[in-house]
Amino acid sequence: MKFLRNTLDKIKPHVQKGGKFQKFRSTFDAFETFLYVPDHVTKSGSHIRDGIDLKRAMSVVVIALMPALLFGMWNVGYQHFLAIGQTAGFCELFWYGFLQVLPIIIVSYVVGLGVEFIFAQIRGHEVNEGFLVSGMLIPMIMPVDTPLWMVAVATIFAVIIGKEVFGGTGMNIFNPALLARAFIFFAYPSKISGDFVWVSGLSDSTTKVVDGFSGATPMGLAGQGQFDKIPDFWTMFIGNIPGSIGETSKIAILIGAAILIISGIGSFRIMLSTILGGSAMIYIFNLFAANPYMEISPLVQLSMGGFLFGAVFMATDPVSASQTSTGKIIYGFLIGMIAMLIRVLNPAYPEGMMLAILMMNMFAPLIDYYVVEANIKRRLKRAKLSSIKS
Amino acid sequence: MAQVKNSKLLANPLNLQNPVTVQVLGICSALAVTVQMKPAFVMGLSVTIVTAFSSLIISALRNTIPNRIRIIVQLVVVAALVIIVDQLLKAFLYDVSKQLSVFVGLIITNCILMGRLEAFAMGNKPFPSFIDGIGNGLGYSIILLSIAFVRELLGSGSIWGFKIIPPVFYQLGYENNGLMILPPMAVILIGIIIWIQRSWKKELIEK
Repeated sequence: MKFLRNTLDKIKPHVQKGGKFQKFRSTFDAFETFLYVPDHVTKSGSHIRDGIDLKRAMSVVVIALMPALLFGMWNVGYQHFLAIGQTAGFCELFWYGFLQVLPIIIVSYVVGLGVEFIFAQIRGHEVNEGFLVSGMLIPMIMPVDTPLWMVAVATIFAVIIGKEVFGGTGMNIFNPALLARAFIFFAYPSKISGDFVWVSGLSDSTTKVVDGFSGATPMGLAGQGQFDKIPDFWTMFIGNIPGSIGETSKIAILIGAAILIISGIGSFRIMLSTILGGSAMIYIFNLFAANPYMEISPLVQLSMGGFLFGAVFMATDPVSASQTSTGKIIYGFLIGMIAMLIRVLNPAYPEGMMLAILMMNMFAPLIDYYVVEANIKRRLKRAKLSSIKS
Repeated sequence: MAQVKNSKLLANPLNLQNPVTVQVLGICSALAVTVQMKPAFVMGLSVTIVTAFSSLIISALRNTIPNRIRIIVQLVVVAALVIIVDQLLKAFLYDVSKQLSVFVGLIITNCILMGRLEAFAMGNKPFPSFIDGIGNGLGYSIILLSIAFVRELLGSGSIWGFKIIPPVFYQLGYENNGLMILPPMAVILIGIIIWIQRSWKKELIEK
């Protein structure tokens, strides 16, 4: 560790203002503050400072994502070997999945960070590692067979249009990772829907697939009306089903949720209210029960598709979510309701979580505004009452 | 009103006074007709003609139009010209006219037209007004064509209806971008054009 510090200190004078390589100052800053907690402090005004800064918070989220990612890698291998009808050991399954998933992660990080660094250099501000989490989230919400160049294009779109035009990390209205997925969803719909994209190797017509293996996700089956084929709750809870890389295992996601809640980085209000909102909507559907889709019980419905993943990792994005406590509850509740509404009632979109979160991202500032206004009004009223009394 | 050179009247709307990217007028037709270049070109041409001639006519009439009913008079002139253009398109360019459908008729409500008539033609001599109309029409067309170029190239892999992306690309896994066909991408493209223009001409950036 001493060696790292020494190298950094050696380079530092060159990239300072007036140094030889001052153009690369933001790049250097990015690496230095990533490796070590920066030593600069706020200079004016009173401030309360936590020991943890943005980069450290991001790392915790990435750690929380690990269980889902590792399970996703194993599941990619498992589904692939299931599809071609061979058996393989645990290590072989995992290794196969690892080799399939790793390129997507690398592309997402290299492209995304590349764009961020270029913008930071041009605009002369420091590189914010807001992309650390987005870069990990993007691969996890893609089908494993997504072509790499599409991941690259979607990442560029998400970082530039989703983040840089609004002023960079912390200024974005929408969740960049979801924007990348939405981009692929609308630009290349054949690569992110249907039965053949979710299992590695299935979209290649030369792959021999075992009879009876469809590769359809639970969402796909429900969309086609094959409700009897939807796996039971425990299968979906454990997660050895086809789906986007990170979304299948509910156990792994819940472990991630526990890490986020215990470390205080993810808002449990948003997670809980999202699930509550989803359940409320399902109960309403159950009451009407106009078609088989509406009759699915809440537990099964909640464990289908990317609902839980979205609720834990996407909706809780501190930048694009509501900031006030009451606002968070309203925000989460509406995400849950809208996601279920789109999922069940709109046949064009098999899963509604992505669109629900993006839509509520848009309304989050509005919710905050009214929560704050209501608070001001309430306190004004109290102030008036007490002044009358005295 | 200060006299402006005729050449300035023609050149300003192309860049510094562009009706779409600077004054943000006529956005809705820019979203609707820019999926392909051909309709976009015809639309731009139609708007240019209508803007130029309505400016000419209104400017010639400007001293006789009673102030209180000037909007109605302007609308009558514009509507007459739009109908002529529409009929001409139907007669000679039926396919494109069908693609443009209602949007030719909607030129009447295009904000660029009323804006130029109110802001320029009502207070200037016929010839400068005519030039001003052409300039603004061209400024509108340029933006329309550049958006349509990107959208057609990336959305359908063609330019002016000709496939220009070689089939080899598709075999290698390239796919047309479906988002380009949808209107939201046109908004984003206009945004990007505005962004580029403002980083190029710094004086356009609002404080």
